Amino acid sequence: MTFFEMTKTALRTILSRPATILYPAQAAKKTGLSRGHVTIDPARCISCGTCQRKCPAQAILISKEAKTWQIDRFRCVVCNSCVDTCPVKCLFMDTQYSAPATAKGVEVVAITYVKPVKPPAGKTESTG
Amino acid sequence: MTKQIVVPFGPQHPVLPEPIHLDLVLEDERVVDVIPSIGYIHRGFEKLVEKREFTEYTYVAERTCGICSFIHGMTYCVGIEQIMKIDVPERAQYLRTIWSEYSRLHSHLLWLGLFADSFGFENLFMNAWRIRERVLDVFEQTTGGRVIQGSCKIGGVRRDITNEKLDEMAKGLDVLDREMQELTNVFLHDATVKHRLRNVGIISRNDAYMTGAVGPTARGSGVAIDMRKLGYGAYGKLNFQMVTDSCGDCYSRCLVRSKELFASTDLIRQAIKKIPDGPVDVKVTGAPDGEYFTRAEQPRGELVHYIKGNGTKFLVRSRIRTPTLTNIPPLIKMLQGCELADVPVIVLSIDPCISCTER
Repeated sequence: MTFFEMTKTALRTILSRPATILYPAQAAKKTGLSRGHVTIDPARCISCGTCQRKCPAQAILISKEAKTWQIDRFRCVVCNSCVDTCPVKCLFMDTQYSAPATAKGVEVVAITYVKPVKPPAGKTESTG
Repeated sequence: MTKQIVVPFGPQHPVLPEPIHLDLVLEDERVVDVIPSIGYIHRGFEKLVEKREFTEYTYVAERTCGICSFIHGMTYCVGIEQIMKIDVPERAQYLRTIWSEYSRLHSHLLWLGLFADSFGFENLFMNAWRIRERVLDVFEQTTGGRVIQGSCKIGGVRRDITNEKLDEMAKGLDVLDREMQELTNVFLHDATVKHRLRNVGIISRNDAYMTGAVGPTARGSGVAIDMRKLGYGAYGKLNFQMVTDSCGDCYSRCLVRSKELFASTDLIRQAIKKIPDGPVDVKVTGAPDGEYFTRAEQPRGELVHYIKGNGTKFLVRSRIRTPTLTNIPPLIKMLQGCELADVPVIVLSIDPCISCTER
């Protein structure tokens, strides 16, 4: 049984810098793998709906008619499932957390992808 | 006969991290009986299994607990892999073991902090949590999540750790060991702490066994049960000694957890040394048809996942039995006959995780 067991630790703590950081004045620690929030490149999304089906929290909704991709940041659990399964790799994981909000709502992104028109077979023959 | 009164303890109580309600039947200051009630944070995870594809349910299973999340996800995946007869690559098994042991470090350090808080040693609480931050940093660097790792999937793991990073982690363990040694010295040798914990909340070996205690609660009473000895993951290829103590009081449970910290760092070192190169996942096709019970050792004790599939993408039944649920009857036994002022320390000594319990 000993006494003053913490003296060494206490002295070191007094003499060293604080273990905490002054967030938000100082940026929070982030690594390259940190899961912050999901972002989309609307120019590449083919509206296949895989992300919507694979979302365990049902946070993503795709409308093929309106050509929109929407996400409910309050439902999203940032599991990376949509990013992993996207066939055209148009979803990305940003390392920063999504910003705080004062009202609940969904974020709607207009999909700007245009299906490339295949040149007619006959035309290539005539030019060539 | 002394007049009996009932004092409610919880669900809102400064010492409780999560809500559980205990009706303490008192005779003067002595607790004679305890009536527990749970059900304040039921989330219906087991029902959700019918609405989510079995591959996506991994993420849901992981969110059962905010502390031992990786082990929940892993146990669920092992169940599915056993039903579908999937051979998980060796490297993935080792990585799962490494993350499981880091989870244990994280959980035990968190618990040591909360325990110090329960007996009023705020400074020690902050020190334990500062050390825990190192473990969380490793999690974030290797999986991307500090608390919910999300790195386990059916058929393996979602990301690999490079061998350079593994070496760096092994070096970090030395620093961690040194800091934890200083911390556990206070818990185990300091006169005031020892005085507060010795002979408080005693449960005999027989009582612990008969009431179904698991994990450090059972091992603190001398019941040598540890699911890691089943050899799931890479545990079968690693060498470790089960930590037990025979006194069965709060100090014993603290001692078991303190020593397990070093057993965990040792296991991680061994795993890093032995980890083979190779793929970390296999492709999974089809759907599970059958049922399986998986058992794994969580930081708090034995965890059981029961899974039943019918050949479709949606499972029929999932049942999760968490260690805290089975540790409540031993807790009642410990509380009977104790002083009212000792109740917070005894409740914390089983490491209650109520969110787990109610799923």
